[in-house]
Amino acid sequence: MSLHAVIEVERGGFSLDIDLTVEAGETVAVLGPNGAGKTTLLRALAGLVPIAGRVELDGDVLDDSAVGRHVPTEERRVGIVFQDHVLFPHMTVLENVAFGLKRDRSRVARGWLDRSGLGDKAGVMPGELSGGQAQRVALLRTLVTEPRLLLLDEPLAALDVSVRAEVRRELSRQLAGFTGIRILVTHDPLEAIALADRLVVLEQGKVVQTGLPSEVTARPRSRFVADLAGVNLLRGTGKDDHIELDGGEVLAAPESGEGDVFAVIHPRAVALYLARPEGTPRNVWRARAEDLDLRGERVRVRLSGPVPLVAEVTPSAVRDLRLDAGAEVWVAVKATEISVYPA
Amino acid sequence: MALAAAGLLLFLLPLAGLIARAPWNQVGTELVATETATALGLSLFCSLTATAVALVLGIPLALVLSRTTGTLRGVLRALTTLPMVLPPVVGGVALLLAFGRSGLIGSPLHQLFGLQIPFTTTAAVIAETFVAMPFLVIAVEGGLRSLDSRYEESARALGANSWKVFARVTLPLLRPAIFSGAVLCWARALGEFGATITFAGNLPGRTQTIPLAVYVALETRPDGAIVLSLILLAVSLAILIGLRDRWLGAP
Repeated sequence: MSLHAVIEVERGGFSLDIDLTVEAGETVAVLGPNGAGKTTLLRALAGLVPIAGRVELDGDVLDDSAVGRHVPTEERRVGIVFQDHVLFPHMTVLENVAFGLKRDRSRVARGWLDRSGLGDKAGVMPGELSGGQAQRVALLRTLVTEPRLLLLDEPLAALDVSVRAEVRRELSRQLAGFTGIRILVTHDPLEAIALADRLVVLEQGKVVQTGLPSEVTARPRSRFVADLAGVNLLRGTGKDDHIELDGGEVLAAPESGEGDVFAVIHPRAVALYLARPEGTPRNVWRARAEDLDLRGERVRVRLSGPVPLVAEVTPSAVRDLRLDAGAEVWVAVKATEISVYPA
Repeated sequence: MALAAAGLLLFLLPLAGLIARAPWNQVGTELVATETATALGLSLFCSLTATAVALVLGIPLALVLSRTTGTLRGVLRALTTLPMVLPPVVGGVALLLAFGRSGLIGSPLHQLFGLQIPFTTTAAVIAETFVAMPFLVIAVEGGLRSLDSRYEESARALGANSWKVFARVTLPLLRPAIFSGAVLCWARALGEFGATITFAGNLPGRTQTIPLAVYVALETRPDGAIVLSLILLAVSLAILIGLRDRWLGAP
């Protein structure tokens, strides 16, 4: 069982252009900023928006615009779970779960509810459930229909932070017992890493990066991913032992190779000084602290200057450097701390 | 402030007049009087039938309206709302010209089947439906437009065909809109005068509904007219109170 999708959707200035293959049993997280086309992708796979292209699931052609084939949503056996559960408000929890069943509806639905520890909610109306419970029921309602492809649209985004972890665990457990293909749309990297085998990063309707979560965060290929991973991402032209940045600055970095490259600098590798540092670092320049943000035990300092970067320092360093928004500092980055890879 | 008070008085004074002049001791006898009972029964029959017809025809029409866009939508919308702004008498004349013995549809109907619609109870029902159905269509269409389409999409993804989606999801979710639309439609049908008297005439027992009876009685038996008016007023108040949560915001 696998999914091959080549999807083009054109709508009011926005275009989605994607080539996606997902293998049997895989959970793929589609990650991207708002407006990247994540939800449109899910809706296209569910057959809810017309597409140009081809979608093949498990050997069945669900969409093929070349021959005018379009299998309607209700015949696809594709399950979709929306952000805010969308349980039918006029039906009990049991009726909601039984909705998609064909035979022995009530007994089967009750069995699923019991196994998920929601048996006592069977007769309750969705409006009386907590957000977490409602989302779990919504997931069950879809799973009982045994979809071949399960689409989850930001399943945890509408929940309170306090219940998110619990529902994520439940989701993770349910997904593990589900044999079909799972595609999860999210803008929360934690959700993606916790639930997915592979990440697909979508920006402005295009896939910018795909791979294991660890690979994607180690070698970001877009500002969005770099921000998620909390690292500085620069782009320029490699010149063996240095990089000419797109902004015109030169950054010393060994083994930079040739051609278009990305350079990643971890914020902890960005050192700040009151006076010009002496000695080894070759990348030194003056910058201005634009703002400071306390993150746990560390302080992230956003710097403007020839190379805009984020530095991460300890609170005591902030005191010693008399750092504040608007303060002038010297910035140093060791050439060996810069990781360079082809763009 | 003074103007607002004057405006309010314009609403209040006629009501006060009606209630002050009401022959309370005669209400009982008027209610059981033959003419009153006949008009009341006929009114209930016609207005309820008109509402039923409006439900059967109006809900599909609202569905079509809510799913069209662009120019077509504008045209359809204008057509369905026209009876709301059209003077009812004009509606009656138009109905007469369409369904009358020499009318567009009336002529073949009469020649082929010997059917004659004007000045029958059927005509009264048609007139009331014509005038009142837009209230239902507008209410249901509004309900459809504010309906989150993801309910229907979820149902489809769960394997429901169009009919099942409509019957089990769309229709139940629309129930509040359908209910308030039907009540409005019924109230409008119950009070219908102009189109009915023009198209259906004023035949006691056949087309003389309460509003027509009030009009006639005002000249011969003013007390009867007042009692009949009170009945209509009571119905209006009951509707207002029944739907107050929906119309007047939070209680």
